[in-house]
Amino acid sequence: MNAPVSRLRGALESTTVLLALLALWWLASHQQWVSKVFLPTPEATLASLAQGLNLAPSDTPGELGGFTASTVQRMLLGWVLASLAGMALGALVGISAAARAWVLPTLEFIRPLPASAIMPLAISIFGLNPAMVLFVVAFGAMWPVLLATIHGFASVEARLREVAGALQMSRGAFIWKIGLPSAMPDILSGMRLSMTVSLIVAVVGEMIASQSGLGQAILLAARSFRASELFAGIVLLGAIGFLSNALLAVAEKKLLRWQNP
Amino acid sequence: MGALKLLRPWVFPAVLLAALETYTRTVGASSDALAPPSAALQAFWKAAADGSLWQATGFTLGSAALGLLIGAAGGLLLGIAFGLSPRAARMSFLSVELLRPVPSVALIPLAMLVFGFGLALEVSVVAFATFWPMLVLSQAAARQVEPRLLEVAMALGLSPTARVCKIIVPAMVPRLFVALRLGVAIALVVAVTVEIAANPNGMGYAIMIAQQSLEPALMLAWLFWIGVVGVAVNALALWLQTAVARRMGVVV
Repeated sequence: MNAPVSRLRGALESTTVLLALLALWWLASHQQWVSKVFLPTPEATLASLAQGLNLAPSDTPGELGGFTASTVQRMLLGWVLASLAGMALGALVGISAAARAWVLPTLEFIRPLPASAIMPLAISIFGLNPAMVLFVVAFGAMWPVLLATIHGFASVEARLREVAGALQMSRGAFIWKIGLPSAMPDILSGMRLSMTVSLIVAVVGEMIASQSGLGQAILLAARSFRASELFAGIVLLGAIGFLSNALLAVAEKKLLRWQNP
Repeated sequence: MGALKLLRPWVFPAVLLAALETYTRTVGASSDALAPPSAALQAFWKAAADGSLWQATGFTLGSAALGLLIGAAGGLLLGIAFGLSPRAARMSFLSVELLRPVPSVALIPLAMLVFGFGLALEVSVVAFATFWPMLVLSQAAARQVEPRLLEVAMALGLSPTARVCKIIVPAMVPRLFVALRLGVAIALVVAVTVEIAANPNGMGYAIMIAQQSLEPALMLAWLFWIGVVGVAVNALALWLQTAVARRMGVVV
């Protein structure tokens, strides 16, 4: 059997299983195996999605589009801030072996701390506002990039260091021309992890601080027992996670082409 | 030199704490947001003495462990099945890739609706969050089982159950403990997050309540304690991973 045919068969089988799962959901909700309060029918979920995204005619304008936009914006902004701060701080700490020895243990201590545990502290410092959520998103998402950058700088090949020494490169030039490029594979995988963290923290932040977005929307939907809207929100969050991950995977492949020519 | 090396990791945090202490005792003395570390230490001892510290820590660790157990068992079973049968892996590919990126916190409202507040809410979200990495990692571990071992199993005419229990799972053990270490870290973070976002129990809730009742000292004490628990649990998981790997004769 040749490759394209087997790939096509794989895709077909894969889609069949997905459709079977959807059919199971349809059956479970229509036969009331699970109470309708928890599990809406797929059609109801789809209808809520269409209504919320203004794809279907209805008398009330849907808000899901706006919520999705604000969650995505929060996530992306936090992620960009986290990546920049992580790379900058990581380069500062990573460039000198002394700084690594003095500061790294503290950073390793803070790393396992759940990002959301910072939220109470951030609330009491900044108050309940969008800036607070953004700060926590950026803070939580910074760690994977920061530690990856430090690790990447620590493992710059010794010969490259010698070259930099022989060329009498300045520190700035070393960071820009040798450090960052050679740490790039670590940094990019750190940035991918950070994207996941930023989505999670953004959602938690919206839930706690009542900032408009999908996090708040699904919490309110659950509190008022509107299961189809809750599922519509979960579907959108899943889509955001899926798309951001897929885009980053493609970007990573493109940016790291030089590694395996 | 040896003493300096031992002391070195503590200098940076000590400087930070001293700076915070000075700031909160002088400029920020009337602050509702921050408290001196010395006051936080006092609040910590008080919480440890009246037992609220241990009770909350026990709840968080217990529900994280239970959630991890369920998530890991599910992920392991499916992972072994997908790892051994390329066909099963191919068939489930799309469904797994679509469900995996759903952020675990998105399920908090759903779990709240189904279970109400309490243990089940937290356990279910932790189980969901740990299920996917365990599935992916144990699938990879099962795929990497030495093919010769499978041939031996065939030659011995072992039944499928015996093949899984006697050959495949033991061969996967070192890799499984690597996966478990990741699972432990995720379980703890998710458990605390669920408590902060919704569940009125455990360490996450305690820190939220300390903030809401304007007790910055107690809040900082909890923040510190959550950090300590995180480091301790992660260190334990790492130790377990290396100990198992050494016993199994794998060089890590």
